[in-house]
Amino acid sequence: MSQASEAITGGRLMVELLEEAGVEIVFGYPGGAILPFYDELYHSKKIKHILVRHEQGAIHMAEGYARSTGKLGVCIATSGPGATNLITGLTDAKMDSVPILAITGQVATTDIGTDAFQEADIFGITIPITKYNALIKRADDIPRHFEEAIKIAMGGRPGPVLLDFPKDVQIQKTTAKKAEKLKIAPHHYERPKVKGDPQEFAEILNQAKRPLLYVGGGAINSFASAEIKALAEKANAPVTTTLMGLGAFPGSHPLSVGMLGMHGTAYANKAVLECDYILNLGARFDDRVARYQDFAPNAIRAHIDIDASEFNKRVNVDYILHGDLKDAIREILPFIKGGDRSSWISTINQLKKDHPLDFDNSGEVIKPQDFMHKVYQRSKGKAIVSTDVGQHQMWAAQYYLFDEPNTWLTSGGLGTMGYGLPAAIGAKFGNPDKTVICVTGDGSFQMCIQELATIAQSKLGVKILLFNNNFLGMVRQWQELFYEERFSESQWTYNPNFVKLAESYDIPAMRIEKKSDIDKGIEFFLKDENAALIEVMIPAEEKVFPMIPSGKSQKDLIEFKDLGKMKK
Amino acid sequence: MKHTLSILVNNHPGVMSHVSGLFTRRGYNIDSIAVGVTDDTEVSSMTIVLNGDDFVVGQVKNQLLKLPDVLKVQDMAYANSVQRELVLISFSITEANRGEALTICNGFGVKILEMTEDSVLVEFSGNSRQVTNFISVVKPFGIREISRTGQIAIAYRNQNSV
Repeated sequence: MSQASEAITGGRLMVELLEEAGVEIVFGYPGGAILPFYDELYHSKKIKHILVRHEQGAIHMAEGYARSTGKLGVCIATSGPGATNLITGLTDAKMDSVPILAITGQVATTDIGTDAFQEADIFGITIPITKYNALIKRADDIPRHFEEAIKIAMGGRPGPVLLDFPKDVQIQKTTAKKAEKLKIAPHHYERPKVKGDPQEFAEILNQAKRPLLYVGGGAINSFASAEIKALAEKANAPVTTTLMGLGAFPGSHPLSVGMLGMHGTAYANKAVLECDYILNLGARFDDRVARYQDFAPNAIRAHIDIDASEFNKRVNVDYILHGDLKDAIREILPFIKGGDRSSWISTINQLKKDHPLDFDNSGEVIKPQDFMHKVYQRSKGKAIVSTDVGQHQMWAAQYYLFDEPNTWLTSGGLGTMGYGLPAAIGAKFGNPDKTVICVTGDGSFQMCIQELATIAQSKLGVKILLFNNNFLGMVRQWQELFYEERFSESQWTYNPNFVKLAESYDIPAMRIEKKSDIDKGIEFFLKDENAALIEVMIPAEEKVFPMIPSGKSQKDLIEFKDLGKMKK
Repeated sequence: MKHTLSILVNNHPGVMSHVSGLFTRRGYNIDSIAVGVTDDTEVSSMTIVLNGDDFVVGQVKNQLLKLPDVLKVQDMAYANSVQRELVLISFSITEANRGEALTICNGFGVKILEMTEDSVLVEFSGNSRQVTNFISVVKPFGIREISRTGQIAIAYRNQNSV
């Protein structure tokens, strides 16, 4: 067909490639250097564009969409400031292994390097924070760069990629359709064969008396939840998950000991100390979880990961399987024997009984833990929950039990305040039939608060649970415990009226302050599928427990009941 | 312990930034880096010498393999590869020590590129130790200018010869 070789613009070609890749939604913000591309996007019937209020919002939306659907998230920005506003999100996606494609406008190739208006070297800037990036110099190169970019974003350990798209290349005509040859080695995108000895790996687990499975975010990316459940049940082994792994194993399962780490449950952290075998499934011995070789000091350590550079990075391990988690577990499952672990399971159950998640719920004030738990009950644990960063994030992680993967969206590695609201928006676009709740605090909420407009303009049913203590609560907690109550710059001496603010965006809102208002508040918040904001006033002194102080290990865990001891 | 990594990479302008940036942000120290195009104009060869134990070098290799432009990484064992550096040195001579200088140059088998009344410009190549040794020998003459490459290396085909 002669039509097949008809020349089209680079911008049109990019739109067609996005369509062919199955991209249904993109989050973006136009500007001078990306206008030719937006002009072509205008004609697309397959791609829905969500106009945001700030590029940081666009990339966090793409992250929320990707994390909740398992698909590629796509965001678009113009050159210069538009592109640099994506930096935080790219770094976030790199840390948490979220597949994101960012397309940025760039000044024309003839102007590059001349300090042109809205020029920034986004290729150079994003080298350390992307898995792959490219400056597209000719329209003929678009198919190759596009294919390399999405293969790398989705392949292996997922992550962000960026295509910098000069304005003249968007206009240039080309007949190229498909990449003739990729310039990247296949190991960057092909699903690797499992390397290691699955049988030996299984036998070490079989011999363990007190095994513990330690599940990370890799389990979500590998879609390995069913395999992990099968492994845990067959081996009769308790399971703890990292912050990023929540939902990869059902939080309400009898073998679940919940989250481990700095603010994990006491019983999970104590299980780490007592286990004689620990199997890391797609986690990375992060510093909020593992204090180098102090971690699981009595255990044989085993690790399955798709990223070979994670082996022995922070904590040395004894056994390694390199490959996709889902494939690797499938290979070891046939060799797993049941074994009697009743003594270990009863030890775990005793730990749960002796060291429960705890807080003082006596007074008339609302306790965030209590409220979070009631939101869990009312939504039957079925909601997708996004969070910002701080105390509210930990309370959500502790008191909302996640039974399904891809239902928990949080900035774990980078700890990005401002992530929660746009991530919830992206998730709602990807999951219109599910309840999506953004749990936030009065600090974080104000970092991407402009995206309330995106909710309003799309009439999107995003729920916002705002815990307000008029403080940067986690900063305050550290200052109280470790800086002799010198609350340096952690108190908001001014906060807006959040209820009126939400209402000005046509989002129904309510503030509650007393325990007796909780039922009324929950009813208002979750009664229908429309957007709503509930502002829950909580005491500034409320702290997140348990807690492992920074730089300490599991044995230094402070529980709620130890609080008196600490404060003296 | 010193390790020599031989790396094949895509030959385009961003590659050096990607590779050198990796060393900076992961806190690895490199002694030298040498780059040149191979017989395939789309592929460059990089030779990196770094100091570190086997664990660090293993990490470096794994991190390098994650860069999309890196096609192959080879850890060169000293005994099973040829390692070379090249140095260009211009040093001072006088009427009195010209003879001694020429004897040294002959002994090391260096190539003399230019000779003036009061200076000589030479080219010498060898492994890192030989080059360092040669430099220390001519240093007393008074080095005017020196330019030394990073190390390049290639593995012997027959790896069982040692």
